[in-house]
Amino acid sequence: MSVLSIRNLRKSFGGVHAVDGVSFDVDKGEFLALIGPNGAGKSTCFNMINGQIMPDSGDILLGERRINGLPPRKVWRQGVGRTFQIAATFASMTVAENVQMALISHADELFSMFSVAARRHRERAIALLEQVGMAAAADRACRELAYGDVKRVELAVALANEPRLLLMDEPTAGMAPKERNELIALVKSLVVERGISVLFTEHSMDVVFAFADRIIVLARGRLIADGDARAIRENPKVQEVYFGTGKTFERAKEGA
Amino acid sequence: MTIDALLFQALNGLAAASGLFFVAAGLSLIFGVTRIINIAHGSLYMLGIYLAYTFATRVGGVLGFWGGIVAAALIVAAIGALIEILLLRRIYRAPELFQLLATFALLLVINDAALWIWGPEDLLGPRAPGLRGAVEILGRRFPSYDLFLIAMGPIVLIALQLVLTRTRFGRLVRAATQDREMVGALGVNQAVLFTSVFAVGAFLAGLGGAMQVAREPANLLMDLTVISDAFVVVVVGGMGSIPGAYLAAIIIAEIKALCIGIGVVEFGGFRVNFSKLTLVAEFIVMAVVLIVRPHGLLGRAQGAIRSVAEPEEPIRPATAALKFLGLVVLGLLICLPLFAKTSPYTLVLGTDILIAIIFATSLHFIMGPGGMHSFGHAAYFGLGAYGAALIVKFLAAPMLGAIAFAPLLALAGALLFGWFAVRLSGVYLAMLTLAFAQIVWSIVYQWEDVTGGSNGVVGIWPAAPFNTATNYYLLALAFAVLSVLLLRRMLFSPFGYAMRAGRDSPLRAEAIGIDVKRVHWVGFAVAGCICGLAGGLFAFAKGSISPETIAVGRSIDGLVMVLLGGIQTLTGPIVGAATFVMLQDTIMRQVEYWRALLGATILLLVLVFPAGIVGGIMARYAAWKSR
Amino acid sequence: MTTRRHVLQFAIATAIVAGIAAPASAQGTIKIGELNSYKAQPAFLDPYKKGWELAVEEINAKGGVLGKKLEIISRDDGANPGEAVRVAEELITREGVDLITGTFLSHIGLAVTNFAGQKKVFFLAAEPLTDKITWQNGNPYTFRLRASTYMQVAMLMPDAVAAKKKRWALVYPNFEYGQSAAENFKAMLKKAQPDVEFVTEQAPPLGKVDAGAVAQAIDDAKPDAIFNVLFGADLAKFVREGTTRGTFKDRTVVSLLSGEPEYLDPLKEEAPVGWIVTGYPWSEIKTPEHKAFVDAYMKKYNDYPRLGSIVGYATIYSLAEGIKKAGSTDTDKLIAAFRGLKVPSPFGPFEYRASDHQATMGAYVGKIALKDGKGTMSDFKYVDGAEVLPSAEEVKKLRPAAP
Repeated sequence: MSVLSIRNLRKSFGGVHAVDGVSFDVDKGEFLALIGPNGAGKSTCFNMINGQIMPDSGDILLGERRINGLPPRKVWRQGVGRTFQIAATFASMTVAENVQMALISHADELFSMFSVAARRHRERAIALLEQVGMAAAADRACRELAYGDVKRVELAVALANEPRLLLMDEPTAGMAPKERNELIALVKSLVVERGISVLFTEHSMDVVFAFADRIIVLARGRLIADGDARAIRENPKVQEVYFGTGKTFERAKEGA
Repeated sequence: MTIDALLFQALNGLAAASGLFFVAAGLSLIFGVTRIINIAHGSLYMLGIYLAYTFATRVGGVLGFWGGIVAAALIVAAIGALIEILLLRRIYRAPELFQLLATFALLLVINDAALWIWGPEDLLGPRAPGLRGAVEILGRRFPSYDLFLIAMGPIVLIALQLVLTRTRFGRLVRAATQDREMVGALGVNQAVLFTSVFAVGAFLAGLGGAMQVAREPANLLMDLTVISDAFVVVVVGGMGSIPGAYLAAIIIAEIKALCIGIGVVEFGGFRVNFSKLTLVAEFIVMAVVLIVRPHGLLGRAQGAIRSVAEPEEPIRPATAALKFLGLVVLGLLICLPLFAKTSPYTLVLGTDILIAIIFATSLHFIMGPGGMHSFGHAAYFGLGAYGAALIVKFLAAPMLGAIAFAPLLALAGALLFGWFAVRLSGVYLAMLTLAFAQIVWSIVYQWEDVTGGSNGVVGIWPAAPFNTATNYYLLALAFAVLSVLLLRRMLFSPFGYAMRAGRDSPLRAEAIGIDVKRVHWVGFAVAGCICGLAGGLFAFAKGSISPETIAVGRSIDGLVMVLLGGIQTLTGPIVGAATFVMLQDTIMRQVEYWRALLGATILLLVLVFPAGIVGGIMARYAAWKSR
Repeated sequence: MTTRRHVLQFAIATAIVAGIAAPASAQGTIKIGELNSYKAQPAFLDPYKKGWELAVEEINAKGGVLGKKLEIISRDDGANPGEAVRVAEELITREGVDLITGTFLSHIGLAVTNFAGQKKVFFLAAEPLTDKITWQNGNPYTFRLRASTYMQVAMLMPDAVAAKKKRWALVYPNFEYGQSAAENFKAMLKKAQPDVEFVTEQAPPLGKVDAGAVAQAIDDAKPDAIFNVLFGADLAKFVREGTTRGTFKDRTVVSLLSGEPEYLDPLKEEAPVGWIVTGYPWSEIKTPEHKAFVDAYMKKYNDYPRLGSIVGYATIYSLAEGIKKAGSTDTDKLIAAFRGLKVPSPFGPFEYRASDHQATMGAYVGKIALKDGKGTMSDFKYVDGAEVLPSAEEVKKLRPAAP
């Protein structure tokens, strides 16, 4: 049974079809990569699923429920976590407070005005940080962290509402190669442990081919390939698209 | 009103629009590139007209007038460049909006400098050589100088557009307006760019002022009059858009000319004098435009204004030592009436400081943790003050009842205005709050029968036992302590965290289920409500109130208090409010040129503590500790 | 570290609280507290200050009052009623002044009037014009020197009626003074001339008149006569635009205060000749008391007096006379002394009416003329305030709050 089903999704900006009739499914526990050259429509696709952009037509089904046009915060309440290409955390809070904020929101306590936020859900926050290896930094200000650590904190935040589905936009962007693999390995282990599904976009092909259970490829707004790492590597259409834009997998690897 | 009359008024509107456009264009450029809210822009305009007057009367003749206009604009441009180099450059890395404090200080200093140089009298310049008379249009006489002004508007507009689109300088300016960091990334010498933009902006302000020399007398009230108009035009047109500024100037000037042209109209027994609308017309236009188009008429959504300053430290709960000290200070404040036996004035000033503290703390609540820079916080102070005063006047309410009613009326206002304001961000939000405050102000100012119009309401005195300075001081102290503790408690609560979350990263906040607008709306309402309490206390402390409680000046005072103390600290607004009120009280008493001295003192504080007083001391202390 | 940070924060707060100190005061003088919007209204208040300084110097040179020297403690009120009330408190409680005087802006004058009534302090309002200070909001503790809005309008009324014009246009700044002047004018003219028509009313915001548009709108209404209440920078703009556009051509213009040097002098050779105004033609007044004043003033300051100088000068002489008559600075005695107090002034003697505490110091009414490229007044006469004020019985009804 699929956690997320995309059916015939379309979006155009001023006559340009950014996403043009895309359909795919994310199964339970699946680690699914969405790749494609720049301008293929990955981000638009992502932002529609997340609720930041309203699709022109098509369906986004989260389990049974159609979530087209729901704002991000409501999509989140349906059990969808999200990380961003440039990690978004709350710079004026400590690491633990970042996670606690998500837990507070999950517990519907946002308008509680007289309890002490820093004492709420602290254990659970530390436990989450433990899982991403950041418990030791729990009381440091988030703004002081190295970028790789911020990404881990963001991951802990995204996991706070026990999501069914995790959307990760370029999770390793801006990280050193070693950090990259560590982070994705971490994500993968958490996913396996908790049975979460993950949909992620990624520039780094070695990450994609090493970790993804399945890969789907977008080009000019259309889905052109769907399969495991080997099938994608050998798919002539995919090769054409990447060669056509002057990119090879190898070069993409170097450049990323 | 005939069609001819209407067309002719439209022509008048065009002439007025040109004047507005020059100042606004300069302000827009400066803001677009440097993100500085230049309160002193009106002062540059004022210097322009004074200098042009001097040239026109001292040199005289054609050269003195026309050459004087150019010379005045150039001198003002040089002054602008100097301000950037000597002052603003030193504080670009300060927390957001801090530069506003510096330009506010400049406004004070320049005003007193102009008084010192040119004296108190209004100075009406000569008519323009060559354009003294009028030409006949539609059977009416139209001043030929106004025709010249009408032509100058598009000429300056086109010249600016050419510079912005055809030159490297222009491309840099546009790039910086879209994304300031990008310019740094392009390897451009940012310092030179900023200085030159400031000089060009100042030149336009100076030119705008100088060209008015043939139409109105140079006077010392111009700086403030002009700055608010200029901001409105810039915001209505869209920050950074020069054609937008021109369009906005025309719309606003035309609406005003139309209101004047219509004059008095009878509507089934009701007499409406449309000319009175000119008092607030521009602010109504601004509010409508911002509600419909959140980035102004021709403005585009800007990249989020990422502060170049360090983000603030996480907030930490009070330690035992802090709580103890807090009690000691509270004890001292409670005992102040005993020490004040010999000097009862201490209590009067103390009460004013306490009211200012409530005002500033409530403003800080939304400005700091909420990231909503309200430029119209006086609206809620005024609503509170008037709420209390009017319920006494019309319903003879008891004092405590009236003070309790004050925050309720302010809350209602904040709920209404906040609902619109939180939909915007950055400077647009600031300007919408200002527009709302001005609209409230003008209603209060005009509604003679209810609010007492410009004279206000008198005779709101505290009842026994609070009719002594001591008891009223203690009452104010109780409310101040309650308000400060309540707001502080809220900042530590999940709600306060949610408000900060929405400020730190709206993207992340929304992605973890926080309805940022709703949270900020409630925050805005809470701040307005508490601010209303300050207004209520103020009414009874003074015995009378006037529209001044809602005026721009009071909103700016609030900003100054918050920034002076340090926007990134929780005690900042308290220290800032106390410092500002005491400085003003002391300095006003000491010297004739108190504005200049107050301005100079603030400038000094700005340079010594570029993160506010508390922020600066903390930073120094931390540096000393880690040595 | 956190602890110490907070400790420091509170140390700062404490230091600030402790910083509110109190000075002592000297004896042997009569201390008069004076507050005014010096920075906001310098054009009027700079000469005003010179006026009262001259008066203090003269009085003290003759030995002061009741054998004590006058000491004026002057403060800026920040052009803001809230601060004005605080400044008044400061003058009374900290400086220990015996009475207060001053104020220029009507709303500040009213706030201080109310304060004086509440705190039972003697207050002589020097300049604010609003009728409310002596009438609707009048109280036993407050007296006012300058001719009120009502009086100024009433002084012009005979000339307005004599002009025999049917269609009038009104232009006034949109705040209480302007509104009240316009209301008074309409009511009085309608009474004297029932067929009068008011064809347009322009109420531009104070200090922000769109002069071209306003002058045009008035011209378009085709009035026979214009009543103007604009002053200061607004007046200068209006005169220049109106002259260029021919708005005033062949029309009678009646204008409040425009003959005062403060507002007339900036117009220089463009002074609108023929306007009927209230004002102060200082160079043309030949009475001995005025000449003595001008000589002393010019000797001290090397500058000619403005109306503000007269107001400042007469304020201090009023207080000196009042204290002399009361024999002390006791508030109740002062009030009793001021009721019916006669005071000499450069405009001649005037009186503080017992009925409404309004001084009868009048103003000069005449036509604006040009002399040596400067505006002045011709065909003027001094109108005594007593001639235009309502009777004691009528005033009783206007003063609900004070006996």
